[in-house]
Amino acid sequence: MTTPLKTGLMLAGLAIAALGLTVSAPGAARAEDDPIRVGSFLAVTGPASFLGDPELKTLEMYIERINQAGGLNGRMLDLVHYDTAGDANKARTFVKRLLEDDEVDVILGGSTTGTTMAVIPLVERAEVPFISFAGGVSIIDPVKPWVFKTPHTDRMACEKIFEDMRGRGIVRVALISGTGGFGKSMRGECMTVAPRFDIEVVADETYGPGDTDMVAQLTKIKNAEGVEAVVNAGFGQGPAIVTKNFAQLGFEVPLYQSHGVASKKYIELAGDAAEGVRLPAAALLVAEKLPAGDPQRPIVVGYKTSYEAVYGDGSVSTFGGHALDGLMLYKTAVEAAGSAEPAAVRDALESIRGFMGTAGEVTMSADDHLGLGLSAFRMLEIRDGDWTLVD
Amino acid sequence: MPPAFVEFLQFLLSGITSGAIYALVGLGFALIYNASHVINFAQGEFVMLGGMLTWALTSAGLDLPLAIGGAVAITVLVGMALEKLAIEPARDANVVTLIIITIGAGIFLRGVVSVTLGKDFHPLPSFSGDDPISILGATIMPQSLWVLGVSALVVIALQGFFSYTLLGKSILATSHNRMAAKLMGINVGFVLVLSFGLSALLGAMAGILIAPITATNFEVGIILGLKGFAAAILGGLGNGLGAIVGGLTLGIIESLGAGYVSSDYKDAIAFVVILAVLFFMPSGLFGRRGTERV
Repeated sequence: MTTPLKTGLMLAGLAIAALGLTVSAPGAARAEDDPIRVGSFLAVTGPASFLGDPELKTLEMYIERINQAGGLNGRMLDLVHYDTAGDANKARTFVKRLLEDDEVDVILGGSTTGTTMAVIPLVERAEVPFISFAGGVSIIDPVKPWVFKTPHTDRMACEKIFEDMRGRGIVRVALISGTGGFGKSMRGECMTVAPRFDIEVVADETYGPGDTDMVAQLTKIKNAEGVEAVVNAGFGQGPAIVTKNFAQLGFEVPLYQSHGVASKKYIELAGDAAEGVRLPAAALLVAEKLPAGDPQRPIVVGYKTSYEAVYGDGSVSTFGGHALDGLMLYKTAVEAAGSAEPAAVRDALESIRGFMGTAGEVTMSADDHLGLGLSAFRMLEIRDGDWTLVD
Repeated sequence: MPPAFVEFLQFLLSGITSGAIYALVGLGFALIYNASHVINFAQGEFVMLGGMLTWALTSAGLDLPLAIGGAVAITVLVGMALEKLAIEPARDANVVTLIIITIGAGIFLRGVVSVTLGKDFHPLPSFSGDDPISILGATIMPQSLWVLGVSALVVIALQGFFSYTLLGKSILATSHNRMAAKLMGINVGFVLVLSFGLSALLGAMAGILIAPITATNFEVGIILGLKGFAAAILGGLGNGLGAIVGGLTLGIIESLGAGYVSSDYKDAIAFVVILAVLFFMPSGLFGRRGTERV
């Protein structure tokens, strides 16, 4: 019984191998009017699909737009995409394929910090420009010559929160963070930057990803000496429970959430308890509420309207915005360099100044491959079940 | 009241609320284990179904009480169908196989819900408002009182069902000796379907009661199922009273652990206590000493 099965498998394997050979057909010289090959690897399915799904949709939508407008320097864009499902091993395999078989001119993507970090050695060796859509600060710190990224980092979120606190005269804060990747990383960053803002962390509590009750942790915080504000670093339903428990215990100090809950879902889950909560968030969240003179307004309103015209009201997310920023940064660099030649594009990316994207104004340099300032975050307060700009 | 006492009371109240939910889930494990010696790892999915279906039905326009009724009914049917379609056809397989079937059923249910109802978290409204109630300086949400009250009622109702009804007694008889029960004319197949239905009922209730506090999504059953299983083991697998005491103990240890020791090790503390108990009392707090026939 096993023999025919084995033979079958072997035949299938051979067939796939043969197919692979014909498809890749390497060595063909690139003509100047051939399409520019844009490689992408995103977590379109799996646990990080809420990142990868809008990212891919955005890339597809805007690449089509660029092509309809005549392409980049007269060359069409050709998107080659693989779904990593958030798996770092798959990401490595696919990026290898992008570099060796598909011979792409640029790689956009990597929805998560894990998948991005896994492929950095490959793109560095192949010397192809790589723009990541993932949050972790480790992607660009230390700087790697060929690696850039678009989203703000959790360190910047902490800085924004502490800056706002200093403005309100708050110095003694309590931290409560989820033990998942997001909460853990942000907690670490907040701890690191707190001294720079003369903020003293007087209580530091955590909760697990599936926890249903954080009253015990918050009671401890409430009884800690002299807490002037509470910061919750977390993601998913945890922060909503923290917010409800916070209201239940009758705290008299302000509660700060992170950009991890910057979606309407959070307000829906936490209900009335969310009133008065402050959080740093990308401008996209409050696109229509930005003042008319805000230089970022046309970008974010434009993206929001185009995306929601296709995928429905309220479907836009900052994650898709990161993908748009990556694509547009590449477009700007290719236009500035006058070619899609990797080394020229890399240098052009590094010298981008004053580029306005959905995440904020980007000014790259040799030692900053993110290029966003603190202005990338807006401080929001929840009032009457909706976002209000604080600054 | 001295602050230390208020603090202790607060930990206790929040521990009892979580514990009551663990107890309901644990009770579901106990019921099925009693009747069939299967540990039903899809128990957490009953919890998830209760919450998610209630949300789906309310957002389809049904009133909350109707939606709750509907969600419980559907979950019970799912529980019975699980027994009829997945466990019964494999009745001659050994227990490990049956347990693996329940794991598969759990993954299947999770998948179906994530595809049909989506992967987002959804809130349910609290049954009677969101104004915290103060007890000697500590606070408790009205929803927590619902959790405690309904859990207590369910436990009393189950006790009555098993002690005073023929149907309840036939389930007990089946759990004690399946062969003898069969010879006495008890429809063992029906008893099994019924016990899965009852477990699903308990799970659905737990899921609905907790949803206004924690929100619900297609994956909430994983952790709650695990905690309920731990509660059932702590109390002595197959013992109803044990599952309740186990659940409450687990909830209180977690809360006190997070409050007095360290929130980082909250789960670890709970599991160390469970391991310690099982080390000295291998069959749990109330479990019968296992006797294996040779």
